[in-house]
Amino acid sequence: MALFIIKRIGWLAFVLLGLCVITFTLSRVVPGDPAAVYLGSRAKPEQLEAVRLKLGLDKPVPLQFAFYLRDLLHGDLGSSLRTHRPVLKGIRDHLPASLELMFVAITIAVLIGVPLGVIAAKRENTVSDHLSRLFAVACTSLPSFWLAMLFQIVFFRWLGLFPIGGRLDTVVGLTNPIEHLTGFYLFDSLATGNWTALRDSAWHLCLPAVTLASYSTGLIARMTRSTMIEVLREDYITTARAVGVSEKEILFLQGLRNALGPTMTTAGLCFAFMLTGTFFIELIFFWPGLGTYITNAILLNDYPVIMGVTLLMALFYVSVNLVVDILIALVDPRVRLK
Amino acid sequence: MPSAIGHNKPQGRYRDFWQAIRRLLHNPITCLGLAIVALLLVAVIFAPWVAPYPEQGLGKSNLKERLAPPSSRHILGTDNLGRDIFSRIIYGSRISFQAAVMVVTIVVAIGVPLGLLAGYFGGWIDDLIMRFADMILAFPSLLLAIAIVAFLGPNLINALIAISLPWWPWYTRLVRSQVMSVKEMQFIESARAIGASQKRIMFRHILPNCVAPIIVQATLDMGYIILAIASLGFLGLGTQPPTADWGVMVSEGREYFLKQWWISTFSGAAIFLTVLSFNLVGDGVREALDPKIRWRFQKK
Repeated sequence: MALFIIKRIGWLAFVLLGLCVITFTLSRVVPGDPAAVYLGSRAKPEQLEAVRLKLGLDKPVPLQFAFYLRDLLHGDLGSSLRTHRPVLKGIRDHLPASLELMFVAITIAVLIGVPLGVIAAKRENTVSDHLSRLFAVACTSLPSFWLAMLFQIVFFRWLGLFPIGGRLDTVVGLTNPIEHLTGFYLFDSLATGNWTALRDSAWHLCLPAVTLASYSTGLIARMTRSTMIEVLREDYITTARAVGVSEKEILFLQGLRNALGPTMTTAGLCFAFMLTGTFFIELIFFWPGLGTYITNAILLNDYPVIMGVTLLMALFYVSVNLVVDILIALVDPRVRLK
Repeated sequence: MPSAIGHNKPQGRYRDFWQAIRRLLHNPITCLGLAIVALLLVAVIFAPWVAPYPEQGLGKSNLKERLAPPSSRHILGTDNLGRDIFSRIIYGSRISFQAAVMVVTIVVAIGVPLGLLAGYFGGWIDDLIMRFADMILAFPSLLLAIAIVAFLGPNLINALIAISLPWWPWYTRLVRSQVMSVKEMQFIESARAIGASQKRIMFRHILPNCVAPIIVQATLDMGYIILAIASLGFLGLGTQPPTADWGVMVSEGREYFLKQWWISTFSGAAIFLTVLSFNLVGDGVREALDPKIRWRFQKK
């Protein structure tokens, strides 16, 4: 098992090195002068030259890559060309908002997707199974940016039930400011007993989290359904039925418990995938997370930020994959043998 | 008696094919998907005749009727430049389908030869190609596409390249696994025995046996590729105005959507219905071809 984990971590390092090469190569084919972006349109030639020297753009490209890797190993992702703030600090400021949204979304996805899959499997090939399949495929086909806008029209404009966006109401933010402990508003307001802020931040989370959860809900429901169908055909389920175990117990205690492995794997991968999914949702709901941070960077051609956030998101994605792989290997010895 | 049945029913692989079609059409949800895909294809092919205002579909503005709500004159309303949204959606379908077909062509052109080489030669060639493919697959594809197009500059061609680059390894994997099983078959050994060149064996004998799974995979991918193109368009990283593109139309409607809801709503609905129909068909095809599900079907 130790060898398996070492091999997987070695593979992770190789993948990350590959990503560094890709992002660095791309950043060097960017049209335009990074020094001009750094200084703005009114910069003088001598100022531009000084910034090129400062950014190391006068060095040969392989040397620039070596410096880039050295800085990365020291935890330095560079500085934003526009704001001149360190990228790592920018990521640190924006990451908690995205993570909080993702945690709530994956919880919603599991809470809806798993029961839906179980019911569909129990009623295989009936009208409710077809409808549940249609719902699950529809969830995976929804453009998240469109669903977000629909929610805003219906729940904000027409019904007035939820806020249009943001993490906290401006008035609540001024009258009941949240003490910064972790950057997770729900946790921070709960830990400090700030109930007004807790209620308001939960309120603001509803629409973005449900939107973000839609894709994962569909995937989890489909995976639960197909795994449950296989499990419910096993001999031990037939035996359980024969000895008079109740159908409810068979479904949820015997069936679901054995079908949970693949479902949890799917949920883990969905969680990793969500970080990219937050791009559109954060943009539409004015959510100050990583998606907003990188989208602004893309619009302003701020390549150190794009490189830094891309690297971080990929690191997160491959790390979650690694953890899922290791968990599967722990549960299923056949995976290790492969 | 079996011979009598044999005269009326196709045999061998044709029988399997017809059984798969029967299973596919047995499912009402798949039929729904097929019907929507057929309607969309009609819209793509006959756009100039189907669209009520073809010139507006192509981008000509009509400021006298800007932001008009749905009515008998404009069934889905008009946008901020007065263009008929229904016509724009019909012309947008052309862009989406053409772009999706181009992406599929690019990923097949890159992925299939690499899979063929990896599966046929094995050894270090296989290791090199597959490790590189695995590395690309380890990244979230949409993120990589966004990063690539952000660096290369926003236009449709760059968007297509950006979507294709993270996508080809799926085809390399698929073809490699097919080649590995086909190359062990007797007819390949016979071809070798009569002195056929490696190139001839690969392209004339092995590749034709990989075509069916490639087509199935491409059908399954169409919906997701259309969604990816629309997503990049929404971010302003794909097709540029005034060309009709569903993602761009949703994005353009954002400025007005709380009052003039119809611009984004109908454009987004077009994306949703298209992706949904391809996914339903893809799902049905997968179920029709899956041996486990086939077995369940036969038991019934």
